[in-house]
Amino acid sequence: MIFKLHIWRQKNSQTKGGFVTYEIDNISEDTSFLEMLDQLNEELITKGEDAIVFDHDCREGICGSCSLVVNGHPHGKKMRTTCQLYMREYTNQRELWIEPWRANTFTIIKDLITDRSSFDKIIQAGGYVSMHSGCAPDANSILVEKKDAEEAFDSANCIGCGACASVCPNASATLFVAAKVSHLASLPQSNIGTKDRSKKMLERMESLGFGSCSNHRHCESVCPKNISIKNITKLNKIIGFG
Amino acid sequence: MLNNFEPVGPLEGRWKKHLFDLALVAPQNRHKYNIIVVGTGLAGASLCATLGEANYNVHSFCFQDSPRRAHSIAAQGGINAAKNYQNDGDSVWRLFYDTIKGGDFRARESNVYRLAELSSNIIDQVVAQGVPFAREYSGYLANRSFGGTQVSRTFYAKGQTGQQLLLGAYSAMSRQIENGFVTHHSRSEILDIIVINDRARGVIVRDLITGEINSYIADCVVLCTGGYVNAYYLSTNAKGCNASAVWRAFKQGAFFANPSFTQIHPTCIPPTLETQSKLTLMSESLRNDGRIWTPKNIQDCEKDPNQIEEKDRDYFLERMYPSFANLVPRDVASRAVKHVCDEGHGIGSKINGKRLGVYLDFSDVIKKSGVKEVEEKYGNLFTMYKRITNEDPYVTPMKIYPAPHYSMGGLWVDYNLMTTINGLFAGGEANFSDHGANRLGASALMQGLADGYFILPHTIANYLARNSFDEVDENHPEVKKALTRTKDRIFKLMNAPEAEYSPEYFHQKLGKILWDACGMSRNKTRLESAICEIKSLQEEFWHKIKITGTDEDLNQTLERAGRVVDFIELGALMCKDALNREESCGSHARTEYLSESGEAKRDDKNFSFVAAWEYLQNKEPVLHEENLHFQFLKPTVRDYK
Repeated sequence: MIFKLHIWRQKNSQTKGGFVTYEIDNISEDTSFLEMLDQLNEELITKGEDAIVFDHDCREGICGSCSLVVNGHPHGKKMRTTCQLYMREYTNQRELWIEPWRANTFTIIKDLITDRSSFDKIIQAGGYVSMHSGCAPDANSILVEKKDAEEAFDSANCIGCGACASVCPNASATLFVAAKVSHLASLPQSNIGTKDRSKKMLERMESLGFGSCSNHRHCESVCPKNISIKNITKLNKIIGFG
Repeated sequence: MLNNFEPVGPLEGRWKKHLFDLALVAPQNRHKYNIIVVGTGLAGASLCATLGEANYNVHSFCFQDSPRRAHSIAAQGGINAAKNYQNDGDSVWRLFYDTIKGGDFRARESNVYRLAELSSNIIDQVVAQGVPFAREYSGYLANRSFGGTQVSRTFYAKGQTGQQLLLGAYSAMSRQIENGFVTHHSRSEILDIIVINDRARGVIVRDLITGEINSYIADCVVLCTGGYVNAYYLSTNAKGCNASAVWRAFKQGAFFANPSFTQIHPTCIPPTLETQSKLTLMSESLRNDGRIWTPKNIQDCEKDPNQIEEKDRDYFLERMYPSFANLVPRDVASRAVKHVCDEGHGIGSKINGKRLGVYLDFSDVIKKSGVKEVEEKYGNLFTMYKRITNEDPYVTPMKIYPAPHYSMGGLWVDYNLMTTINGLFAGGEANFSDHGANRLGASALMQGLADGYFILPHTIANYLARNSFDEVDENHPEVKKALTRTKDRIFKLMNAPEAEYSPEYFHQKLGKILWDACGMSRNKTRLESAICEIKSLQEEFWHKIKITGTDEDLNQTLERAGRVVDFIELGALMCKDALNREESCGSHARTEYLSESGEAKRDDKNFSFVAAWEYLQNKEPVLHEENLHFQFLKPTVRDYK
């Protein structure tokens, strides 16, 4: 297959970026989206041009590094991470626009790479249990309902990729915050201090420049890990909005 | 000459006694000490959290954009612990025995016993952090079985156990960042270790965004930088996983132990294309319920598997190893899979004239327990498989083939997890410590967290308490030397005389040599020629490496080049070690030393040692042998039949 690719190139956060068009041939249906970019980069290096940089690591859909907007949709609107896209999905779409996450707080570092350290800062505000290593009681001393453990897992499944904030018209990270809050609130081991934790994380989120949630629900529709906006409902109940 | 500081006396009391003998740093003095931790996987993140809680001044580094992305995140199946919650006869002693035996009697008894002892504490710790492990309807923790054991001791969170454990450690570390005890640096790569007066005193770091090179000084340095099987190019590791920090440490005097002990994991999705960038693991937990088979008749290998009758299927693991069956250890399973494919019974698409794949079939368990139950246990793995291969494992059996997955070898460490450089520690996969010649499934997570939460915090304190530290700043001649070394190397990388090929070109070439010579099957002649091929590849690299762009901003081509050339050098050492070990043990299968049925034949008389290699400038590395003493377990022929 042959593809025409319009790829966002930007030298650094200070300079202006823009789309550059490339053509690429010999792409098999079993080639992954990122392998297509690898192949393009090899061609660029041969030509003596600077390779396109993009975040990626595990290429198994779990580390949350990859973060491309394809034809206007974070992760290509397939509800999976960019690394899990295969070119067989694009047999009828031979022209692709590839951009970095777009949100004010995610500054572009270069080309397709953005700075997502704001997500780390939100977790630092309170996304944890304040316990000391080595002081825990026997793991079976506090029982957990199977359904609660599963609910906690479904929220804890968030990979922190940032697709939710990048698609949100308010550039809000509320789904990210809500997932962490409801994960910890679902378990008896970690639900102490839930209200305080929620407030701290939301305050941090806003102070970093993310907007608030106004129920557009776009976040849920692009999340590669199916994090539901029920998490936001739960968060709202906890802080007393619901 | 290698002193491992292994305690003596009854095995059960060794760690407790040792803990008491370790010196402490008083709470009010801890903030005066600076500790550098490199890598934020399970070992690194849990260590940062624990050191931060104790109020040490910690600087942590990772090359990813966030500590949460370290490759521990991708571990699927689970974590072992000797809790005996299933009342199936498990105990610390049994986990110890299984691990030593699983490693084919090539690990230290004291270290492994300590790991088994600490396993229970880890489960308590992570449950308290809010890790959502699978539960029974009663609310109690659930377990499943893994290879190489006859008990059910694996705790799990669907097929994402590593993710959940890492997020637990990451959140604990984040708390210490907030409290100001940990200063974290993302997108930062360690390019050298600063050694002053025989002590590790800092690191040279390249800021991957600006390209700036800086030194960081501390009182000790801990490398928790993971493993090196990306040397094979195609592996289950993340693309960024690299050996550069441990290789720099090796070049500064840290011994490298058992470099040839690499784990080839039996159940991975086979490659389909030449341009493929990595391989994906399908968790070992699938072997709880999936049955592995190939067609008995070679002419059936192209057929639709669902059309092949039961009587024409060879469930070869069940046939060869009736008592452990599909749950034999990884090295045994991988060798068997390779064997049947080499005999012509492989399935799937042909690559270089060979079909490299066998079926992992779930039809029996689906018939027995229904799709829903199977989905609950393995749903995410099945989805991942379908996305990659475009085939539905609920309907068609999975195709799998072995792939490089984990390195048992690593920096040599003593009982305190300190390398041969004073003040340089290594934790997790970066050290060689606990898995001998083969690691059992669900033991990597256990080891990473044992090192980070429960061992290193104490042994590091002991080192700090027992030494005094001179003031060192960036003007110290050794710091300047290390900076110059690093800058010169980058200049050399950027300015090859006949720049022609990208890092990928060299990495793929290296991968082919290593996979062929130092993979699942090794022999003298092949290893000798591989060493020569790798040496000439190294020369070609420095002549022809082509890196576009500049070294003064974010340049992934430059990052890759630096890692690849370290893999090339390490690859030569892997082959040298494999050549030197004239026996088969665990993952190390020398064709000259296999039984007729293909089982590893150990030579305990001559090779019951840890091979620790020392780097010498402009000379071949020198071997030091640490003899292994089995006082409590008698090395036997590993029998899973």
